[in-house]
Amino acid sequence: MKDFGYTINKDRQINFDRTDKWIYEYLKKHEPSFKLCIGCGTCTATCSSGNFTDFNLRRLFTLIHRGYKLDMKDEITKCMLCGKCIMVCPRGVNTRNIILKINEVIENRKRKK
Amino acid sequence: MNFDPFVIPFLTGLSFLCAVLIFKYAKWFIKLSREHKFKLLKWIFSHKIILALKEIFLESLLHRKIFRRNFVLGYMHASIALGWLLLIIAGNLETKLHSSKFFNMPYDPVFLKFFVHERSGIPIAAFYTFVMDFLLLIILIGIGLAVFKRFRSMLFGLKRTTRLKSFDKIARYSIWLIFPLRFLAESFTSGQYNTGGFLTGTAGHFFAAVLPVDYLSYPVWWGYSIMLCMFFIALPFSRYMHIPTEVALIMLRNFGIKTNKIYDGITEFEVNSCPRCGICIDVCQLNEVQASDIQAVYFIQSSRENKKDERKAFNCLLCGRCENVCPVGIEVNAIRITKRKQLVFDNKNAFNFLTNGSTEKADVIYYAGCMTHLTPAVKSSMCRILDEANVNYLFLDKDGSVCCGRPLLMAGKIEAALSLVEKNKKKILESGAKTLVTSCPICYKIFREEYKLPIEALHHSQYILRLVREKKITLSNSQQCVVYHDPCELGRGCGIYDEPREILSRTSQLVPMKNEKNNSWCCGGSLGDFKLSAEQKSEITRDVLMEFMAYSPEIIATACPLCKKTFAKYGNAKIQDIAEIVLASILKEKVTEKKVEVLQ
Repeated sequence: MKDFGYTINKDRQINFDRTDKWIYEYLKKHEPSFKLCIGCGTCTATCSSGNFTDFNLRRLFTLIHRGYKLDMKDEITKCMLCGKCIMVCPRGVNTRNIILKINEVIENRKRKK
Repeated sequence: MNFDPFVIPFLTGLSFLCAVLIFKYAKWFIKLSREHKFKLLKWIFSHKIILALKEIFLESLLHRKIFRRNFVLGYMHASIALGWLLLIIAGNLETKLHSSKFFNMPYDPVFLKFFVHERSGIPIAAFYTFVMDFLLLIILIGIGLAVFKRFRSMLFGLKRTTRLKSFDKIARYSIWLIFPLRFLAESFTSGQYNTGGFLTGTAGHFFAAVLPVDYLSYPVWWGYSIMLCMFFIALPFSRYMHIPTEVALIMLRNFGIKTNKIYDGITEFEVNSCPRCGICIDVCQLNEVQASDIQAVYFIQSSRENKKDERKAFNCLLCGRCENVCPVGIEVNAIRITKRKQLVFDNKNAFNFLTNGSTEKADVIYYAGCMTHLTPAVKSSMCRILDEANVNYLFLDKDGSVCCGRPLLMAGKIEAALSLVEKNKKKILESGAKTLVTSCPICYKIFREEYKLPIEALHHSQYILRLVREKKITLSNSQQCVVYHDPCELGRGCGIYDEPREILSRTSQLVPMKNEKNNSWCCGGSLGDFKLSAEQKSEITRDVLMEFMAYSPEIIATACPLCKKTFAKYGNAKIQDIAEIVLASILKEKVTEKKVEVLQ
């Protein structure tokens, strides 16, 4: 086939065999406002850490929603808890507590292991 | 030697109390940090002890702060505390005069009237009888008020009172009964032997006429002793632990020992000094928006029981309104942060991605702060003002802010916060500036407390006022009606109340409000809280705004970008930062100057 230089993006469907929603379940229970997130990205647009790194709250939240694993711990420690995201969130998601809770659930699981 | 079996309960209670107190204080002393122990040893034999004793007299006995708050409440506390102490002192003197020995058994003064009926041996006996009766009367009135307060607390200025635990109740009922029983016991004995002063003697006459006092007096003395025993045994586990501990706390505080980021010995002294008076409950803004079990008094109660209650630790605006009214002066915010530290996972080297770029040289550094980047009008106004005043300044966080670290500190992530502090400090010092100006009270507080900068750190309201005083900028008065909202971190946090007010009175008509300065409200947007939902926060904000609107201001002024952003959600009123108002005032002054020139 002739290559025109255009490619279709890779299939973005969620592979449920590879996902595990344990962080999502924990957040749903301990900070229910997590469910309100619509992934609009306002938090990421205003993020202080996002200025200096590729820290991306929207991406993080989406991945947690989907249940994909990634190195959460390194990601969330970049957060300075400055609170800009919570001030601008149009849905009233308690982002700062979510960050603390993600840290908590990861550390707790690590200790159990 | 005087002795009767009924002194045994009293002696048992007293020795139990002393043993528990010695054990607990020793434990907390060991838990003090090295630095604190050193301070204690350094200052205990110095002039500071005199200051401490003065404060102990004013606060633990006279209860000056409670008097200021409510006269009846103050009278109740002072009459019981000071009255009881004087009763003990007078009783001891009387006993020593009677036995003409220096040492006596601890129970002798307490039960003197039972043992001694022939009082002619005591010099100025009539005087002592009068004093003892008078003091007893004062205490009885205090106890009467305390019982009355249980049912009608509004009269004492308390809308809500503390929900007590069982030990508190045991101790409370025994303290209610101690003095009426003492009164009855002394009266009955006075009736039997026809002695006693104006109170016990008169009552004794009356009781002797209507009751078989010969039979009743002995059991009442037993009852009195048992009540004292119950009170002494319940005391270390009840709120009355504050009586001895507050004395120790005032001493330690006068030696410069304070809770600092770690829950240690001094924190134990502080939480045990809480009398659970409940004055902090009414001032808490969270009363209206959710279940009320997180107020300072309940938080301290759970800390005292060594609980790690996450909700009590994190569900708090850290606005400091409770600290402001606390008659003991317990630093609840600092203690909450230490409790948060126990609950979060700290990380030391989290911010290694922040590289040190080169910093330009300047005289003044302007550090807007994260929140100011959300209210760009504040930073642009500030830059204009600095330009107008011809200040050689460097806008340190022009292209996006590195956080100052205070929000992490508030979350209990102390190590992470301090690593940010180090990084920012290095950058600030590289510029060689002499002054650091910030627009954000949150940053200002941590600059003052944790950065330990060799240069001065100012909030922009202070710096603008300096520029005005040095006549680098001129303001014109617009005569607009303005109310000023004190931000928590700037007002109660740093004690800056007058500078913003002075600026505003030069630019507009400043209207004073009922709840201002150290009684000001929190806007609801505080970064201290981690648990409130968005709806609950906005409820707080709306309540506060409603109160402001009662003064029908043209502008609601504030000095904090976080407050501005929080209020701005409810856009009916015009909400401006001091910097914006000042800039408008400078521009207006320029226009008038030009007009004058044209006319000339």
